[in-house]
Amino acid sequence: MLVAGVDVGSLTVKAVILKDGEVAATTTLITGDDAATAARTAINEALKSLAERGVSATLDSLDYVVATGVGRKEVAFAHEVKTDVRCDAVGARHLFPSVRTVVDIGAESCKVIRLSKKGRVEDFTANDKCASGTGMFLDTLAKVIGVGVEKLGELSLKAKEPAKISSMCVVFAESEVISYIHKKTPVEDIIAGVHESISNRIFGMMNRVGIEKDVALVGGVARNVGVVRALEARAGENILVPEAPQIAGALGAALIAAKACEGGA
Amino acid sequence: MLVAGIDIGSLTAKALILEDSKIRAYAIIPTGVDSEGTSKKVMNSALERAELSLEDLEYVVSTGYGRVIVPFANKNITEISCHAKGAVFLFPSVRTILDMGGQDCKAIRCDASGKVQNFAMNDKCAAGTGRFFEIIAETMELPLEELGGLSLEAMSAAKISSACVVFAKSEVLALLRKGVDKKNILAGINEAVALRVFALLNRVGIEKDFAITGGIAKNVGVVRKVEEKVGLKALIAEEPQIVGALGAALFAKEALEQV
Repeated sequence: MLVAGVDVGSLTVKAVILKDGEVAATTTLITGDDAATAARTAINEALKSLAERGVSATLDSLDYVVATGVGRKEVAFAHEVKTDVRCDAVGARHLFPSVRTVVDIGAESCKVIRLSKKGRVEDFTANDKCASGTGMFLDTLAKVIGVGVEKLGELSLKAKEPAKISSMCVVFAESEVISYIHKKTPVEDIIAGVHESISNRIFGMMNRVGIEKDVALVGGVARNVGVVRALEARAGENILVPEAPQIAGALGAALIAAKACEGGA
Repeated sequence: MLVAGIDIGSLTAKALILEDSKIRAYAIIPTGVDSEGTSKKVMNSALERAELSLEDLEYVVSTGYGRVIVPFANKNITEISCHAKGAVFLFPSVRTILDMGGQDCKAIRCDASGKVQNFAMNDKCAAGTGRFFEIIAETMELPLEELGGLSLEAMSAAKISSACVVFAKSEVLALLRKGVDKKNILAGINEAVALRVFALLNRVGIEKDFAITGGIAKNVGVVRKVEEKVGLKALIAEEPQIVGALGAALFAKEALEQV
């Protein structure tokens, strides 16, 4: 049985193919302006890497495809669409069966999802039309600081005294960061301050839905170890992070596809 | 009687000199990193225009975000009180004021004397502030002061789903790549901002008449969209940026009269 999950995010498209319940191929690529084409390219690349492993398959030979993410409705070849919340929950739970709180920080979104013991979604909250607490927040500030976004995490771990950033709004935080740069505050301290700021915002959301152990962090921003540490310190909880956190939603979609297939068979 | 009001905003500083009940002179300058220096500079500029010196002023009231750092002020009063005071002086029938400043947005409801009855403000988010329009102007490579006029020429408003500066900026970039007319994009931006400030106005309750103050009142495109939402014509001062400083000067006058 071959099934796939496609997660069309604002910045990247992720595709995961499952062969008999096991992850057989994954791809991540930039969404760009044309989400429909990006989704098709992502699944084709995943199929290609599957072929390289000796499993020849075409789009038509996929038994079931579930699409998720902000651009899920653009995926013409999907049999079904599911919300990001549902897919994140299923994906995170598969990776860490003990998880009850899932935090997803994507490029333009952030979500906190609380699950029942059995993994059912009990409550969730998401950012509403505000870039605070998203990857965009980090991206914008990284540009101002002049550091690649992928270097933020490591650098922030060297901070001696995190700079205080009081604004939630990216635009206002940017002015604060600029004034720290003028004051010659060490870059590491500024970055650590940025991470504290984002974790404050996320922690507020976590409290709104209620925190249950264990806590997992997924989405692209989970690759930033500085954000993970800052959020752990703020929440006073250990945070589980999967090896490839950005594909958790696509994995969840693929798992839902597998289940639909089994049910239909 | 000579008094002055000084309004140190996040993006611009304003000083206004009142002679009895008449505006004698005013000045507007960008707020620098050194707020105290800025306050002296803007006051001196207004004094120069009035051909006066600081010693001629009998009372000075400061307002705005930097009001506590004005060394020559006799008193400081919040910008909410000052905007209401200034707006009612200019337009006695005004009861609801929308102040759209450099880095914040306020909805104020007041009585016939200009006393504040209720207010709501957004100072946590740059949506609908001057900073918002600066970034949009930069992104679209258009002069800030042309945004309003251009938006009025739009055939239809492009869909902008968020008033968040960061998200709106990426939506604008995507629309530009698709070749959407800049005028239509601007109309969409104004629509998103108008929706946002309308919600703020509803929080305080809208009463006739309605005025818009602050720098964004100069953007005729935003004003039209807000008027559509509110269902009232907006009264706008000839120089909407100085309404707060005018209110401060009026409080200075009152303070003197009470002595």
